[in-house]
Order: sequence, then C-alpha cells, then structure tokens
Amino acid sequence: MFDFYFDLPLWIRLFVQGLAVMLVMFPIGAACSMAERKIAAWVQDRPGPNRTIAPILAWIPGIGFLRKLGLFQLAADGGKFVFKEDAVPGHVNKFYFIAAPIIAVIPALTTVAVVPFGAYLDAAGQVIPIMLANVDIGLLAVFAISSLSVYAIILAGWASNSKYPFLGSVRASAQLVSYELSMTLSVLPVFLWTNGPLRGETADSLLGSLSLARVVEFQSQSGFWGGLWFGFLMPLSAFIFLVSLFAETNRQPFDTVESEADLVNSFGSEYGAFKWSLFYVAEYCHMLVGSAVFMLLFGGGWNPLPWVTLADFANLLGFAHLPLVTGIVGIGIFLGKVLAMIFFFMWVRWTLPRFRYDQVMAIGWRRLLPLSIANLIAYVIGIALLTK
Amino acid sequence: MATEYAFPDNAAKTADASQEFQTEKMSVAMGPSHPSTHGVLRLNLDLDGEIVTKCDPVLGYLHRGDEKIAENMTYNQFVPYTDRLDYLAPLANNVAYAIAVEKLANLEVPARCQAIRVICCELARISSHLLGLGAFAMDVGAWTVFMYQFTEREKLYKLFEELTGARFTTSYTRIGGVSRDMPEGWTDRVLAFCDQFLPILDEMLEMLTRNKIFTDRTVDVGIITKAEAIAYGLTGPNARGSGVTVDLRKDRPYSGYEQYEFDVPVGTKGDCYDRYLCRGEEMKQSVRIVRQAIKNMPAGDYYAKDAVRIFAPPKAKVLTSMEELINNFMIVTEGPLMPAGEVYFEAENPKGALGFFVISKGGGVPWRMKIRSPSFCNLSILPKVCQNNLLSDVVAILGSLDFVMGECDR
Repeated sequence: MFDFYFDLPLWIRLFVQGLAVMLVMFPIGAACSMAERKIAAWVQDRPGPNRTIAPILAWIPGIGFLRKLGLFQLAADGGKFVFKEDAVPGHVNKFYFIAAPIIAVIPALTTVAVVPFGAYLDAAGQVIPIMLANVDIGLLAVFAISSLSVYAIILAGWASNSKYPFLGSVRASAQLVSYELSMTLSVLPVFLWTNGPLRGETADSLLGSLSLARVVEFQSQSGFWGGLWFGFLMPLSAFIFLVSLFAETNRQPFDTVESEADLVNSFGSEYGAFKWSLFYVAEYCHMLVGSAVFMLLFGGGWNPLPWVTLADFANLLGFAHLPLVTGIVGIGIFLGKVLAMIFFFMWVRWTLPRFRYDQVMAIGWRRLLPLSIANLIAYVIGIALLTK
Repeated sequence: MATEYAFPDNAAKTADASQEFQTEKMSVAMGPSHPSTHGVLRLNLDLDGEIVTKCDPVLGYLHRGDEKIAENMTYNQFVPYTDRLDYLAPLANNVAYAIAVEKLANLEVPARCQAIRVICCELARISSHLLGLGAFAMDVGAWTVFMYQFTEREKLYKLFEELTGARFTTSYTRIGGVSRDMPEGWTDRVLAFCDQFLPILDEMLEMLTRNKIFTDRTVDVGIITKAEAIAYGLTGPNARGSGVTVDLRKDRPYSGYEQYEFDVPVGTKGDCYDRYLCRGEEMKQSVRIVRQAIKNMPAGDYYAKDAVRIFAPPKAKVLTSMEELINNFMIVTEGPLMPAGEVYFEAENPKGALGFFVISKGGGVPWRMKIRSPSFCNLSILPKVCQNNLLSDVVAILGSLDFVMGECDR
C-alpha cells in the first residue's frame, strides 16, 4: 500500500516525516494554551473563553459546542499574534532580540526527532517504533538540545535591555542549569536497569544504548519484571524527574522565571505579537516533549496498561496484522498519556502557589540533588547485587 | 525586625573584598503600574542581586484632593466621595463618615439604623478581606483563590445592589440615617449568603493555610514586631497580626457594637502568615456579627426622625406638606444644619482605623476635613519591613499589608 513511499529517497522521506511531526506538534502546542485557559476555568469554577465565533461559521447549526470549547478563540488569538504589528522597541539589541524567540522554538521542536511516539507490528510480529531517528544517544540528545533553550531566555532578557527581563533571565540561567543535574541523575537508574541484570533476551549488540524506544521495548517484555513500568520500579526516580521537569519547563510552582507577581512578564515584557507567542509555543512544546519522555521512561510508552503491551492489545482486538491501525492506536495511546501529563501540569499550576527564587534553588541543590545521587547509588548497588 | 538571610557569602560583598570585579546595585521602579502594587503605588527599590537594600515608596498617584473637595460641598454631598476612599469597602466608609458627622451634630440614630449599619460594615469587611486574601494569594502565585473569592464577592455585590441600588459605589448612608430601609426579605438572603459562605471560606483557606509552599513564602517573612506596629501607627488586621489587641469595635464601640459577641483574632509573630490568618478569622467573626445583628434586628425607623434640619424628609411628605418641602429645600441647597465645633471619629474599617476629623463653623459645609486613612499609615512601615528581603518577598509583604491606594492617596 505504501510501497511508493518507501521507494522515495531517504532524505525526502525524512523531510516529509519531520514536517508531518512538526505540523502536528505546533498546533498541539498552540492548543495547549487554550487547554490551559479551559482547565484554569474548570479549576476556578468559571466557563472560560466561550464567546468567540467567526461570523460565517455562526450560521452552521450545531457548531455551538466548538464555540463553547473556545476553539475559535484559539484561532482568533493565533491570527492576532500573526497579524498584529510586531513592534521592536528602540532600546533593545535588535539582532538578539529577534533571534531569541527563534532560538526558543528550534530546540523545542528539534527534540521531537529522537522521541518515539508510537509503534506498529511488522509482518514478523516484531514491534517497530515510530520515530524520526532511532539513535543510540536518544535521551542524551533530548537533554542536550532542550538545555539549549535556556539561551533563548537569557538572550531575550539580555537583549531586551530592561530591568525586569534581565532579572528574569538571571533567574532562568541559574534555575534551568540547577535542575538539569538532578534530572539527568534521576534517569540513570533506568538505563542501568535496561543494560543490567534483568535485560531478558536482548541482543548484546543493543547494550549501551540510551535510545528511548529501547526503554519502552524493555517495559514491553513478558513476565512480571518484564512488563513492569519503570514508574513502579523506580518511583523515586520518576518523582525527581517530574519535579525537575516542572522546574525545567518553568511551570508553577517553579515559575520564578516569569512570575508575573514580581517580574511582570519577565523575559517576555518587551516582546509582543508573534515573537511573544513563539516563547509560549516553545514552552508548551517543551512540556509536550518532557511529558513524552516521562511517559516513555516511566509510564510504559505506548503500552496501554502495565503487563499489557501494545502487541498483546492488538492481538486481542485482532488488528495486529494492520500496521496502520496498530500505529494509529499506539500513537493514540501515547498521545493520551502525554496529554494526561499536560493536564497534570496545568492542574498543579492552577492549584499551588509559587516558590520563591531562593527556595527553588535550595530545593534543587539541597534536596533534589542529594536525593537523586542517593537514589542512583541505591540502584547501582541493587543492580550490582542482582547481576552477581 | 527584617528577616536575616543566611546567605554565606553575599556575592557583592565578596566581590568588593577581593576587588575582582565591580558590582553595582540596581535600582528598580516597581510600579506605579505593576501587577502586585495593587493600584498605583510606586516603590523605588535598590536591589543587590535579588535582595532589596532600600525601599522607597512614592505615593500620590491617585491623589484627588478629597479633603479639599469636602470643603466645597454639603455634608451629604460628600458621601459619594467616601465610596472612593477604600473602594473595596465603600459601605464601611459611608458609615464611618456618617457617624463622624452625627457626632458633630450630637445626633443619636435609632437602633434599627445602627443595626443596619453594622450589617453593612461587616459585609463590607468580608468583601474587602476576601479581595485582600485573594490578591495576597495571587501575589504568591495561587491564582485560583483569587477567582474563588470573586464569586463570593459577586454574591455580596448582589446583596449590596439590592440594599443600596449600586453594586460598587454604594453611597448608602445619609447624615442621620441611611438612604432607605432594607428591602423585604433582604435579611434572609444575607443569612443564606452567610450559611453558604462559611464552607466556601474554609475551602479557600484550606488551599493556603497548610500549604507548604504558601507557608514557605509567608512564615517569618515581613515580620512587624508589636513595638514597631504601635510605633508606626498600624491599625486593623495588620496591627492585630503583630499581636496588638486593638479593635475599635471593642475598644470604643460605636453603632451598637457593644451588644454583639465576637472575638478579635490576634497574631503572635507579626509575619505575613499571621496577617493572613487574622483576615481569615475576621471574616468568620464578621459572619457571626451579621447573624446576631439580623437575629436581634430592632423595629423602628431607619433614620433619626427628630433630626428635622439634618435628614431630608421622605419624598411622599415633601410632595404633600409645606413644612417638609421647605426642610427638604433647605437641606438640599444649604446642607444639613450643623453646629460649630470640631470632632474626630475613628471607625474600625476593614483596612484599619478610618478617621474623619471635621471642623465646622456651623451651616451645611465643613470648614475643614481631614481623613486619617489606615492604608496610608500602614504603608509607612514599608521601607522598614521590605529592607533585606528578597524581591519576591516584597510582593508577599505588599499583599499581606492589604492596602488600597484610593484611600492612601485620597
């Protein structure tokens, strides 16, 4: 059915696939902003955006529920950001001022390349992950690229040549760097485990891989230990990763970087129109990728339930021989999990107050880092004992 | 005493000592339009990194000259201006002003009028404290409390509208009474509000009181000691948060407050958290007072009938009786007839003691009026309490002091 596609040169296929992923990613990132407002409204016991509608569409009967969902508000906001005058204040450093939002978006969208988002079964019944590039460095690439996004905030704050953005960017540079450490340390036990004692019938050639698809494969094995998600096996790692994720994506309660109560809008103060919205699309893309990584590492990826893999699920419902259906179901399950995580992010944001900047740093260095080191050591010893 | 932070080596100090690089303090203008200065307060801050080394409040952005305006209009005409002092509790301002002028005229209003005024004051206190609480929560990042309390304030505004005809600028009192009696069934609706309000208030407070993040942000932040609170003339919940047992409703009861049973919550430490707790408890006490006032609502007139030359007669009589028509004409054109003299009256408003000092040379217009606004006095401690705190703490302190610039600048 898709033979013609596989006859195309590789670079065209990759280009098309990359484009397709971004075309899905970008609107989801934008839709998250509406989800944020709707969930905020839900938490706060109010309707949220529910009035906007395009004049012509108002004539179509039964479209009211889309209006109530705020879908047209999203379109109107998006349109506004694009068409509004993109003012560049006179006192800014123009080059970096314009470069900052671009630098914010690039890493946010690039990390998707190494994140698998679904799987299908080939003719031999083998699970093939759907991703743009199944590289060995997998998670390292995600960390390496997404940590670049701090430059966007630093540049934005510095280029704005104004005090509140400057304070925000100073906070950002300290906060984002601090939490990267515990984040990286918290995922190490996962990879020690996948390369360690209970690795099952994995071929030795696959050892030493940080690929995220491998981690999901590992959670899809048979048996009690094989089908266990890492979230249950390593709850502390998952917790540290989650907390660091909140801090890395600048979400409440760690959003000291853009805490509007004291820093107005921080690094976004001098920005307007499309450039401003790019920062927020980047933030939501980071959240999406972060949640995706969390779900891959600790939440079983595209497997519907612990001990029930996608392959079992497909065989049970009898669509295992249809790669397209399996792929879509796999992507659907995974996307559902990721969006549940996003919901969790938003739920937390609208429930909790915000930490003070020095408290954020204290939590990062004094609590989370020792905890993640202890966690790592505990698992190293445990895995060493099991391997013996 | 400001909080001392145990930063082992303040970056600037180390740098100065070693002469490695020069650092300088950054001066930041916080306000007059800043999300957490609640209005048009401006703070000129000197920052050493994130630590505030100097805080210099600049007031007057909302100055309208209310005191001067008062000299150019009759006593009744000034009532709408009192709405705009503490615009979160206009009813309480109306009452305080009316009682001040009545004290000048040596006028005693009927018990029913007093009870209505007490209900007004306490509902206004709930309304003001709700917003204070919500704004404080928002300043430390908890948006949802802000939205929850607005739902409750909306219900209060509906009650105010029913009572006074206006949601916001109520202008309810007149010298010698109130503008109209309570509508039929209004007290029942107030009671219904009180019944459903307490669980919701508890829910709101639950989101904050034991919240680790909230306590981290507020406990031991912005401590005002008892001595300082007295020295700086703090009043209201801010003084009570510091452990000063001052409440004019108890100390110098007015408008029949002596008949009601209520407790005055007092803090121990004087930090932001204590001030928050005081406000939360005061709302519960206000509900208690409202319930008592409604339960024991006396029958009778809602205005002083004997104050012929002060309170304008009812419209029906004006249209039918010569005497009343002349009285009405005189009160409208010349103002209520007041004796010459001086009077100072302070009422326990939501923000603190709101005082009116009126000098009259007789006639219907004050010769001089001075307004002692609690927000102004409460803000005077700002330079002291903000010093050596972090920038984010300044926001929390501002929120916990709960000021209104309309009253502060007058």
